[in-house]
Amino acid sequence: MDVLLIHILNSLLYASVLFLIAGGLSLIYGVMRIVNLAHGNLYAFGAYVTAWAIGTVAAGASVPVLLVLLPAGALAAAILGAVLEPTLLRPFYKRAEEYQLLCTFGLLMILEDLMRFIWGPYPLSASTLFESFGSLPVGESIYPTYNFLVIGVGTAAAIFLWAFVYRTKFGVVLRATSQNMRMASALGVNVNRVYVQAFTLGCFMAGLGGAIIVPSQSAVLGMGVDALVLAFIVVVIGGLGSLEGALVGALIVGFVREAGITWFAEIELAVLYLIAALVLLVRPAGLFGRP
Amino acid sequence: MSTLAPALQQTGSTDKTLRVAVPIAVLLALVPLVVPPYGAILLAYGLVMAIGALGFNLLLGYTGLLSFGHSAYFGVGAYAVALMVKYLKVGSMELFLVGAIAASVLVTALFGVVCVRYTRIFFGILTLALSQVLWSLAFKFFWVTGGTDGLRVPTPSLFGGLVTGAGDKTAFMSHAYYYYVLIMFCACAALMWVIVNSPFGMALQAIRDNETRAEFVGVRIWRYRWVAFLVSGVFTGLAGALWVPLNGLTTPDIMHWTFSGEIVFMTVLGGFRSFAGPIIGAIVFNYLKTYAIGYTVYWQLLLGAVLVALVLSLPTGIVGTAGKLAARFRGRS
Repeated sequence: MDVLLIHILNSLLYASVLFLIAGGLSLIYGVMRIVNLAHGNLYAFGAYVTAWAIGTVAAGASVPVLLVLLPAGALAAAILGAVLEPTLLRPFYKRAEEYQLLCTFGLLMILEDLMRFIWGPYPLSASTLFESFGSLPVGESIYPTYNFLVIGVGTAAAIFLWAFVYRTKFGVVLRATSQNMRMASALGVNVNRVYVQAFTLGCFMAGLGGAIIVPSQSAVLGMGVDALVLAFIVVVIGGLGSLEGALVGALIVGFVREAGITWFAEIELAVLYLIAALVLLVRPAGLFGRP
Repeated sequence: MSTLAPALQQTGSTDKTLRVAVPIAVLLALVPLVVPPYGAILLAYGLVMAIGALGFNLLLGYTGLLSFGHSAYFGVGAYAVALMVKYLKVGSMELFLVGAIAASVLVTALFGVVCVRYTRIFFGILTLALSQVLWSLAFKFFWVTGGTDGLRVPTPSLFGGLVTGAGDKTAFMSHAYYYYVLIMFCACAALMWVIVNSPFGMALQAIRDNETRAEFVGVRIWRYRWVAFLVSGVFTGLAGALWVPLNGLTTPDIMHWTFSGEIVFMTVLGGFRSFAGPIIGAIVFNYLKTYAIGYTVYWQLLLGAVLVALVLSLPTGIVGTAGKLAARFRGRS
């Protein structure tokens, strides 16, 4: 029973981070119709910045200070996104999707090496924060308290995002632009500004995902590329451009992956990709996507 | 993709093409006699990748489908050879090629049925997801595939055992194997030329330019796309089979989707709207990557910047840009 509970907690932990990454990817696609292959690198960037801030710059500081520094990665990723969108992506909106994919693939390579250049080839860890939280008893077993924080942040992000998109004026503008960019533009929406904001928000979420997970793991090179493919699976299952889909997809992938690690470790990844391929076959637009 | 390419494809006469192609083939044949072995081996890598990129471009340039999963077929070719060595103790290059072709026909036929129902972004993501299935299998089933250690492939014997790799491996690779690759390359390029200029090739271009109209004219879109997918995958699988003795080792890296990205990169570098584009792109990319890696650890940064600059300012690639410059030069004089 306890073991099952721990498996469920692990799945939720995993789903929280995946939702943050895939939700950002999906938001960006929903509004801008861009599949950002460099999205995983923004997640990695968030992880590196936070690990650097907590583990190197403020090493030895008290726990509240470290907690305040935790979102640094998310902010850094958001700023990076706000710079990238107008400079590199804007020229591509009027061109075929293939060019956008290529441009973001180039961006992926650049960001991967920029991180190697700035932080070196070795893993960067911020484990002091993770350790300072200790652990909580779950039945007869114990579970790291910090992981509850990650699950909490993931849940809060989902609620916040839902409220933001469906309950604010900005959300209305965002959804209008997503449904019909020309019409929104004709009605006086500054589409360029909405694009920058959506892209920045998407990058913020990816960066937040990296920032909250890095104390329990470490920031390593290549983590972005791995995360991107999992985020792809999430959005393909849930539907590209749908936030509900990203949530459901993240939960599915989180649980399947946890089950896979326990029972069928060899084909765990293959099963995930096959689920994605199956969903695409049955419902090309994903479970929650607009066809 | 209908917005992408108004029928710019050059479909020249065979005579004119032969007048260009034969001297180039002769020049390529002279290379091992002139340059040091390392240069010849490097060029052999480039020619192998050119076969793969040629196959890839049948989908991107001629059918209008951007695959982000061609690493899978390259890997299937390479692993087919490696597994033949491991389990069947085969050492003949011809048998390798037959095995690799059979394996890639099987895999592409299956993947093709799934993928050709979609176009644009979904096609790209689906091919990517399927290629990652194979990657994860190669990665995790280490008792079969060697995992990240990969599988070793010894020097094969060529032409049914007439030429064996006994002795100096470098000399073998830079001469006998180089010529083997060159012959395969010429055959593949000629075959691809025939394919794209055949009625079948024309039908593919019609599908690319206007799917609806092509359907009205009577082209069976899914079937044509499926055959194009099959041919494309088999060319890339063949490239994988030729690559693996050259490299001596196959690892799951060549199945990872970032390697697919490299195949896309080289094709766009050369220019995907021309027949010769992927060939030139693959060879140039091979030099570019080799020198970038030798020059700096941050080679990805360099290549990424090249790619971004390329799609921003020269979307027609090397061949397209050269053609434009030549046209302007001619117009002036």
